[in-house]
Amino acid sequence: MGQQPVELILLKQVAGYLATPMFLVDAGGKLLYYNEPAEELLGHRYEETSQMPLEEWGTIFSPTDSLGRPMPPEDLPLARALAGREPSQGNFFIRGLDGVARHLSVTAVPLEGPGGTHLGALAIFWALPRR
Amino acid sequence: MNVVLRGVRGSLPSPRPATARYGGNTSCVEVRAEPGCVTVLDAGTGIRAIDGKASELHRVDVLLTHLHMDHILGLGFFRALYQPGLEVHLWGPPSATQSLHARLTRYLSPPLFPVRLRDLPCRLELHDAPRGRFELPGLSVTADLVCHPGPTLGYRLEGEHGGVLAYISDHEPALGTGAVDGPAGWTSGYALARGADVLIHDAQFTDDEYPSHVGWGHSSVGHAIAFAELAGVGRLVPFHHDPDHEDQALDAIYATAGRGRSIAVAPAREGDELSIGPA
Repeated sequence: MGQQPVELILLKQVAGYLATPMFLVDAGGKLLYYNEPAEELLGHRYEETSQMPLEEWGTIFSPTDSLGRPMPPEDLPLARALAGREPSQGNFFIRGLDGVARHLSVTAVPLEGPGGTHLGALAIFWALPRR
Repeated sequence: MNVVLRGVRGSLPSPRPATARYGGNTSCVEVRAEPGCVTVLDAGTGIRAIDGKASELHRVDVLLTHLHMDHILGLGFFRALYQPGLEVHLWGPPSATQSLHARLTRYLSPPLFPVRLRDLPCRLELHDAPRGRFELPGLSVTADLVCHPGPTLGYRLEGEHGGVLAYISDHEPALGTGAVDGPAGWTSGYALARGADVLIHDAQFTDDEYPSHVGWGHSSVGHAIAFAELAGVGRLVPFHHDPDHEDQALDAIYATAGRGRSIAVAPAREGDELSIGPA
């Protein structure tokens, strides 16, 4: 069995303590973890989730823009932070797996270890009022 | 490979009659895997006991886990550094901002120390240890960052002819969870220790002391044992003893610590010798 880099292990632990919703992916875009506050927004428990690739987590929550148009996975802030290795921010709508539509503000940052090691990316969610 | 524990104490040198059996020197482990070469794990005050005469050696590698004082305090007193022409390599954890040279010279320069690195007569080379595998004489080494304040490495040494030693001197795998109960893939240090014949691992605190030292970067004895069991090692050598734990206290701790567990537990004592892999 492989082991996650210690930076990601520590981030997961921090996220586990915070009330701020967080979503963590590895350098290949694979979902590694989201915390309990994020579970409330996504309408699904992390423990019941497999390690989804970007193509899956980027579509399973049905993200749409302010005009209701579906957003391709690569346009999501987390995917942009991962691909561009720079911070990215955006507001959009999702439909949680509990069937509830939610308006989110998402800020994503790439994660780099010592020597520029690309470790993945972290997204921080913020629930916005429904419009 | 032949291993000698030269310093097993954590945090602060603590030589006194009451610590004489386990030893008072800080972290240092000598590894010999090939004639004429020595690999040294950390440069605590125990390093003074290593004979670094150029007539016997042609290469020395010092693998630093991190740069806290107890792990570098002996470096300026390491005899090998004063052997003209001897090839000495210093390996340390990478920093996002400063070279290993810049960080070490904070200590190894006046006014804290009278000798500058550049004035040493040996042939000194400094390296940021790569995060992953690299080769030393007779050894294949894997370095990886582990959970401890500031960039800190653990090392896995695989002998050319067999035998695996894992060295994780300062490590708090229970941080954030309060336990070491897996999953393995989310446990700091697991990949370094997995299946090692011998694991030398931080066990600074008793299980009762740990709750008031969460975040200090160290393990309790119970966490060290749980980590060793999770990693499936052959033998755990608890290390980095607290400077306040005198011989009688350590005797009492380890009289029962390994009882009923799936691995052998033998606390580190200064001067202990281990032979790992084929004789």
